Amino acid sequence: MAEPKVAQAETPKAPLPLLGGGGPGGPRAPGEVERATDRRGTVRRLWGYLSHHRVALIVATLMVIVSTGLNLLGPYLMGRAIDLYILTGDLPGLVQLLLWMALAYVAASILAYCQAYVMAGAAQQAVRDLRGDLFVHMQALSLRFFDQRAQGELMSRVSNDIDNINKILNESVTQLIASVLSMTGIAAVMLWVNPGLATITLVIVPLMTLGIAPVIGKRTRTGFRQQQENLGTLNGLIEETISGQRVVKAYAQEQTAIDEFDVANQELRRAATRAQIFAGFMGPVMGAINNISLAIVVGVGGLMALGGLATVGTIAAFINYSRQFGRPLGQIANLYNSIQSAIAGAERVFQIIDEEPELTDAPDARPLTGIDGEVVFQNVSFGYDRELPVLKNVCVHAKPGQIIALVGPTGAGKTTIVNLLTRFYGVDQGRILIDGHDIRQVKQDDLRCQLGIVLQDTFLFSETMIENIRYGRLDASDDEVIAAAKLANADQYIRRLPQGYQTELSERGGNLSQGQRQLLAIARAVLANPSILILDEATSSVDTRTEKQIQEAMLSLMAGRTSFVIAHRLSTIREADQILVINNGEVIERGTHEELLTRKGFYHQLYVSQFRATSRRVANVVA
Amino acid sequence: MHATRKLAGFLRPYWLWSILAPLLMMLEVAMDLVQPRLVQRIIDQGIAQNDLNVVFSTVAMMIGLALIGVAGGMGASVFAVWAAQGCGADLRSSLFRHVQSFSFGNLDELETGKIITRLTNDVMQVQELVMILLRIMVRAPLMLVGSLIMAILTSPKLALLFVVLIPIILFFLIWIINRTFPLFGVVQAKLDAINTVMQENLAGMRVVKAFSRAKYEIDRFSTVNDDWMDHNLKAVRTIAVTMPFMMLVVNTGVVATLWFGGIQVNQGAMQIGQIVAFINYLMVTLTSMMMVSMVAMRVSRAEASAVRIVEVFEREPKVVSDPEPIRTFEPEGRVSFEHVRFSYDDEDHAPVLQKIDFVVEPGETVALLGATGSGKSSLINLIPRFYDVNEGRVTIDGIDVRQIEKTALRRQIGVVLQESVLFSGSIRDNIRYGRPQADEAEVIAAAQMAQAHDFIVGFPNGYDSIVGQRGVTLSGGQRQRVAIARALLTQPAILVLDDSTSAVDVETEARIQEALAQVRQGKTSFVVAQRVGTVLNADKILVLENGQIVAAGDHDTLLDASDIYREIYESQMDNGTVNHG
Repeated sequence: MAEPKVAQAETPKAPLPLLGGGGPGGPRAPGEVERATDRRGTVRRLWGYLSHHRVALIVATLMVIVSTGLNLLGPYLMGRAIDLYILTGDLPGLVQLLLWMALAYVAASILAYCQAYVMAGAAQQAVRDLRGDLFVHMQALSLRFFDQRAQGELMSRVSNDIDNINKILNESVTQLIASVLSMTGIAAVMLWVNPGLATITLVIVPLMTLGIAPVIGKRTRTGFRQQQENLGTLNGLIEETISGQRVVKAYAQEQTAIDEFDVANQELRRAATRAQIFAGFMGPVMGAINNISLAIVVGVGGLMALGGLATVGTIAAFINYSRQFGRPLGQIANLYNSIQSAIAGAERVFQIIDEEPELTDAPDARPLTGIDGEVVFQNVSFGYDRELPVLKNVCVHAKPGQIIALVGPTGAGKTTIVNLLTRFYGVDQGRILIDGHDIRQVKQDDLRCQLGIVLQDTFLFSETMIENIRYGRLDASDDEVIAAAKLANADQYIRRLPQGYQTELSERGGNLSQGQRQLLAIARAVLANPSILILDEATSSVDTRTEKQIQEAMLSLMAGRTSFVIAHRLSTIREADQILVINNGEVIERGTHEELLTRKGFYHQLYVSQFRATSRRVANVVA
Repeated sequence: MHATRKLAGFLRPYWLWSILAPLLMMLEVAMDLVQPRLVQRIIDQGIAQNDLNVVFSTVAMMIGLALIGVAGGMGASVFAVWAAQGCGADLRSSLFRHVQSFSFGNLDELETGKIITRLTNDVMQVQELVMILLRIMVRAPLMLVGSLIMAILTSPKLALLFVVLIPIILFFLIWIINRTFPLFGVVQAKLDAINTVMQENLAGMRVVKAFSRAKYEIDRFSTVNDDWMDHNLKAVRTIAVTMPFMMLVVNTGVVATLWFGGIQVNQGAMQIGQIVAFINYLMVTLTSMMMVSMVAMRVSRAEASAVRIVEVFEREPKVVSDPEPIRTFEPEGRVSFEHVRFSYDDEDHAPVLQKIDFVVEPGETVALLGATGSGKSSLINLIPRFYDVNEGRVTIDGIDVRQIEKTALRRQIGVVLQESVLFSGSIRDNIRYGRPQADEAEVIAAAQMAQAHDFIVGFPNGYDSIVGQRGVTLSGGQRQRVAIARALLTQPAILVLDDSTSAVDVETEARIQEALAQVRQGKTSFVVAQRVGTVLNADKILVLENGQIVAAGDHDTLLDASDIYREIYESQMDNGTVNHG
């Protein structure tokens, strides 16, 4: 069930534990009060998002000022009511004043609501814009960025961090403005009404609050940081143990798991107890400060009243003011932590937005359309890490329509060739030409439109089957999609699904077998109708029938297109016009199957070991 | 509150603290509530009567009571935290132990992600609930009732105002909760939609780029993003009514108090200090009402968590230990299946395996062959008792596996599962997982047999390389090889390999098979494979189809006798184009 999210506004501001952390999966924020390294810069950029709505912000601020002012007027009027009318028994005067008072309160409430309404619009739009910018930028980033980072961590940035910013923008900003305003307002009014009493109130309340609150606050913060760390450790342990639960059971290591868990669990308990106890002190202590300042204000006020320096009405007003003065102070202390962590979150988000895309279209990039499909690798060298070259001086020349089989042991560099041809990664040296155009001089989108890629592990979206195939060409009609599925041998099994083409895929196509997923990917590629194909034959287990279908589908797809195949099947390899044998990042042999066999080199060896089971001299072909 | 009550037992060890916390909280509330009355005394008896002593003594009393209050409040906080943290840690620990007792069948039913959420987030929610219950849930109603009583005591006449004000606030709170609760539910769903698109783009970036779909994805994202904003805005703007409205009601109350109080004072029926005190109580009463409603919403949220936790607790482990199990077990390795029938659902509707009968002599290698879903993995999962049979029995050396203590049984069986999960830590620790006391030479020997030694040594830190996010990333094939090494190191009597070389390239697989052939000497082995090549050397090949053994024998016999085997064999031999014989 979707658990309704309760807005921050409904959460008591009382010293509740600030627990929760991120959801499972993502790493947790390291500490409750982690700070941004460049706070000022981050805040300025966040402000940039809000400043699109400058008019709304100015209006909202004005309304905050007026409504705070009106709220402050209340206690003052109350004091006047007591002194001027109740004590003197002037009832008509009282009615008149009370009407003014009521009017002030009504206006204050209406303005407060309007302010919240306007502010919500600005804040929500700012958050949407920020999230949108982040997403747009992510689309521009190159694959290296995504390959290098843990998905869970990225996900936590884009969800938790933005969520934090959302909460802060939504209420804390106006709350902060209102708090500061009412504090100054209260101070001013008190000074005006009774400077003597005001001075005492203004000195005592902040002194006590600022004297005690930071002491508790500091301990609470370090406590929470420790708690958050321990929580992260424990949650990490839980996640890992439960994810590997079957292995734990297979090796009968339950007791070890429990022992490890107990240690982490008790550590968290200790840290959390400490943190929460200090956090829990904040409420009663603030309450006591309030009560004591009340006593002092009333006591001093009483003395002054006896000496004729204050009136009863003034005391009544001051009781109200001193309470109202303490509240914003507490709020600001409360907000401090959440604002800090939101700014740190914003900084992480901006880090992604600032990430320079590694590969961009050249300014004079040419469009690429209607190509023949000639592919040339000229002395290409590349390493994911520049120190460790994965491909060394690779040369390939594929004529239009040829099938190029890439063969070699795992880790030899076959997939890397694919990554370079698609320009997921850029070459370090040499160049890659398609129909004579260096792919760096071509728009990335155009390049990839000419390429059809069928990977071993096909990514599917949680949408219907038909939409997943249509991903290959968005404007394809339903008939075209079905025709493509037929060509890819996918039509049959799709029709057997409960809702046929309209069947919703569960997360990442979990309800399809790997073979079925691959057929779907082939259908996508058929629909895209590319000039150059890149296929990665599945090594993993697929049952025999599906296997045959995949193979057939791939063969019909390859007809008339330049195809690069990371091949595991002998049949594919025999069809190939050229076989490139890759080992340790180098093309060590090339030629057709027969040529390479007669050469009796590495390929021959590979062939013997892979395709002929040595023991019984039986070929074992299927990978 | 059914689930919450079920979990209440976890609070029992902490009963003393759970009682002390609310009691001390009461003390604090009482001290808070007296203050306005004392203010009233200062005004009416001190200032109005010109009595300096009353002023001084009352101020001293106020400060004294405030200090008692703060002591109570701090005490309440300490005890509530002790109780909540203790109860939370116990709950988490008990839940974790319960999950450890689960069999594979339980794990199939509850998804991994869900179990993790329950152990982390949900336990935290419940723990927070305990805190709230012990502190705020006590405090807010106490303040509400207390201030109401004090207000009535201060001025019964003015207290009539509550007859109007309380229903207004009550109706408003009910209205706003009913209205915003579903709204925020929708907002959460919209947020999930955003996260889904985001997640898909992170995971499927290669596909997005391959098809140049950046613009399409951006459009898709904008749609859900805008949708989220629209709904969130609506929800936020609705909830924004709360504070201004509450303030309005409270302030109207103040104005009304001044009006009615003014008349009373004018008639000499009331003193000014009473008005001031009453206004104080009025504010506390009304804000406490809001507090109570907010806490109620929190509780309902935690209740959802409690329900999810109880759901896990209520699941009984499906594989239960024999009350008097055999604890020392060192078998020769004769495995036999006798009329085994097995189904994943308890009602035995769709049997995954039926009529399974076979005997494996010690030291024999058995290969299982068949299409996906034919029951191969299910069959081998019965040997280490990951699941229990529905009918028939599985025996090792003639002893029913259900009579053997689970740990003792599994120590004798080395299993390499289909998906090779490694834990964070060094490669060495991972290999030693099943036998932490193994020495370096044994670790290396196991790694060599699994063809893992070479690539491990190739890492900068060798066997000390850390696996996982902050360390080396292993390819699927490499992970499988470490998993094989892990199984080999336990020196099991029975070795079970469930399609454990699928991600390894064929050449390496051949070498692993060769090494395994030597290891298997004297060990009973079960090998599940898709590739015929892997099974050629087996002493016995079992061909499964739809949960039944349709053919059994060695390669040569089956090639002659079984059509199915021949079909699989030939289809895998490149459609028969490669000559053999």
